Amino acid sequence: MEARHDSTAHKHAADHGHGHGHHEPGFLGKYIFSTDHKVIGIQYAVTSLFFLMFGFCLMMVMRWQLAYPGEPLPLIGGWLGEARMPGGVMTPDFYNELGAMHGTIMVFLGVVPLGVGGFGNYVLPLQIGAKDMAFPKLNMFSYQFFFVGCVLMMSTFFLPGGAAQSGWTSYSPLANINPGQTGWIVSMIFIITSSLLGAINFIVTTIQLRTKGMSFWRFPFFVWAQFVTSFLLLLAFPPLEVGAFLQLMDRVTGSSFFLPSGLVISGHPLDVAGGGNPLLWQHLFWFLAHPEVYVLILPAMGIVAEILTNNTRKPLWGYTAMVYSIIFLGFMSFIVWAHHMFMTGMGSAIAAFFQTTTMIISVPSVVILAALFLSLWGGSIRFTTPMLFALAFLPMFGIGGLTGLPLGLTSSDIHLHDTYYVIGHFHYVVAPGTVMAFFAGIYYWYPKATGRLMNETLGKLHFWITFLCMNGVFMPMFWVGLAGVSRRLYDGGASYAHGQHVLWLNGVSSWSAWIMGAAQIIFIINFFWSIRGGKAVDKNPWKSTTLEWEAPSPPPHGNFLTDPVVYRGPYDYSPRGYSADFRPQAQEA
Amino acid sequence: MSAELIPYITEARPDTGLTNGKIGIWCFLASEVMLFGAFFASYIVLRTSAAEWPHGSSILNVPMATLNTVVLITSSVTMVMAWASLMRNDMGKYRLFLGTTVALGFCFCIIKYFEYSAKFEHNLLPHTHNFIALYFIMTGLHAAHVIGGMITNAYFLVAAPSYLEHDRDLLINRVENSGLFWHFVDLVWIFLFPILYLL
Repeated sequence: MEARHDSTAHKHAADHGHGHGHHEPGFLGKYIFSTDHKVIGIQYAVTSLFFLMFGFCLMMVMRWQLAYPGEPLPLIGGWLGEARMPGGVMTPDFYNELGAMHGTIMVFLGVVPLGVGGFGNYVLPLQIGAKDMAFPKLNMFSYQFFFVGCVLMMSTFFLPGGAAQSGWTSYSPLANINPGQTGWIVSMIFIITSSLLGAINFIVTTIQLRTKGMSFWRFPFFVWAQFVTSFLLLLAFPPLEVGAFLQLMDRVTGSSFFLPSGLVISGHPLDVAGGGNPLLWQHLFWFLAHPEVYVLILPAMGIVAEILTNNTRKPLWGYTAMVYSIIFLGFMSFIVWAHHMFMTGMGSAIAAFFQTTTMIISVPSVVILAALFLSLWGGSIRFTTPMLFALAFLPMFGIGGLTGLPLGLTSSDIHLHDTYYVIGHFHYVVAPGTVMAFFAGIYYWYPKATGRLMNETLGKLHFWITFLCMNGVFMPMFWVGLAGVSRRLYDGGASYAHGQHVLWLNGVSSWSAWIMGAAQIIFIINFFWSIRGGKAVDKNPWKSTTLEWEAPSPPPHGNFLTDPVVYRGPYDYSPRGYSADFRPQAQEA
Repeated sequence: MSAELIPYITEARPDTGLTNGKIGIWCFLASEVMLFGAFFASYIVLRTSAAEWPHGSSILNVPMATLNTVVLITSSVTMVMAWASLMRNDMGKYRLFLGTTVALGFCFCIIKYFEYSAKFEHNLLPHTHNFIALYFIMTGLHAAHVIGGMITNAYFLVAAPSYLEHDRDLLINRVENSGLFWHFVDLVWIFLFPILYLL
């Protein structure tokens, strides 16, 4: 389904294109089994956009139960089957299934493949002046592994017992005994393999395939962001793979890696050898999942940096500081993972260490955000649709980051952990933050991929509704969370006596989510309509300096008509004593 | 197709001094270090938090594992010699040494098979104790790497003539990278052996 969407998208794009290099492979070779980084990028992007929407739909169903606990879901309630929604009322098991799969899909099937697989694959080789990725076949395999992982993950909904129900974090021992987890693990092994292949490819491409004159300090910030992200993927995913293997052993062979001795479930002692350590799973999981948080946010920062400088017509403020910050951020992200585990009883000495590293890692994040804000100062800003989304990223990510500080301090975390405050916090980083940046990126690079602009009016309409509703969804969660409502309650807090005065906010969140869901239809229409109906533009519609705009739109197989040579840094906007207000990297001095 | 699009497959990029494949394989090995590193870390956590932990040599077969250590180290030596023979264009020796490497890998798997079946016979299965479970998953994953390396090397043995026809440098590069992987697998065993069998 996604592959077909993608192929039509690309085919139309190619109709307006400029030839296809030396070979004319057949339909399958060109769109399904392509080794061209641009086609693979579009495959990733369309697949992950589909999953972002799908994951959001799961959440929209859950939000009914949270706003109107125990009431039958109108219309759709009947479609989901008597087993899961008897009489249209959601069962707790189904609620858990939706929650676990929402998290898993959004993170592993949506945001990461869009940010890295989609934007990274499409834009990075173009921005460094490469003709393709270093290992085109591995790149194809990377997408195929990902796709198989996605299909397997979706198929778990139809297995007996349903999909995974233990949260995207799959904490043991719960995940050892809940149904659906085995399918989750097997799918994850495919997705991890896909990430690994992608990460190696990005690193080698960035180091080796830079065009003449493209030194590291002339990289656009987006390339730096992808480069650092690749190292995180390369080194952080294997420990989760180990965790997955161990959990699979526990489930299939009956070992007790994550099962302590004397575990009693529903009044019955569990018949296992015991002697395992449930905290080990959390360590293995968060050793991946904290760097993963930066895998989610770094590509977004890269996208925003590109769009901000382009639309302020000014160089990026503090480029060097930002590069050092992002490298430091990548490094530090490996030693903050246990701040997710303050309340697990791992001990206050370890908690103190991770609290300290957590405070340290906020410094480079603030440097990057501050540099992006300062880049606006004195610019003559063009409020294009991509710029609106990029501008929205700044305060949204700022709110997400600042609300994280009380969670990173052990004492305030005692009150806040596992409440809706946490959900509000990390969603502000990932949803109003990263997803807004991704929308910005789609509107920005769409003319490169298709040769046509997306419709500005529809784009701005999409932006304003999404922006307002996004805050409507997540802002109330801070109040609900501060009142102490746990994020794990299936009734949205109705059973929690002290939280009754804030429960009306659940309705605000839910209605905002539904309106926002409806607003995405505008985006979908714009996305597909503009393939044919958008305004046709030349190769550089935004008057940008970076190399991807030197290639024709859409770029042919092999990308550039002549090998570009780079003469200067990435953001030479409004140079003194120059006729135009931008001087491209490939412009001879 | 890829040759005209992708530079630095066989010749090193001047400013980095490396080929694409070389950086790629080292990145891959880095992720493998994290993979096995996480296993070793899990081993430490599980062992230190367990109420009792058996002495490896009281359950596992140390002589067989010692023999396997010798087999693997020898295969690493023959791997290097295969690559060196290829560099000198001595194809007879290349086939001999690479063939020996594959055969020794096979030998390792046979010995492993006897070890495993002895455990099955005595009902020493993963559900009996975490030590046994760790033993199976760690050595099992290592054996999977050995088999992967064997397949790759066997391919370079069979496909060598066709490589020599069009791109000898490519074969040299790939055998070198395959060798790096083989040495890494060997190295993992050097850590696995004392941790599981001796400590």
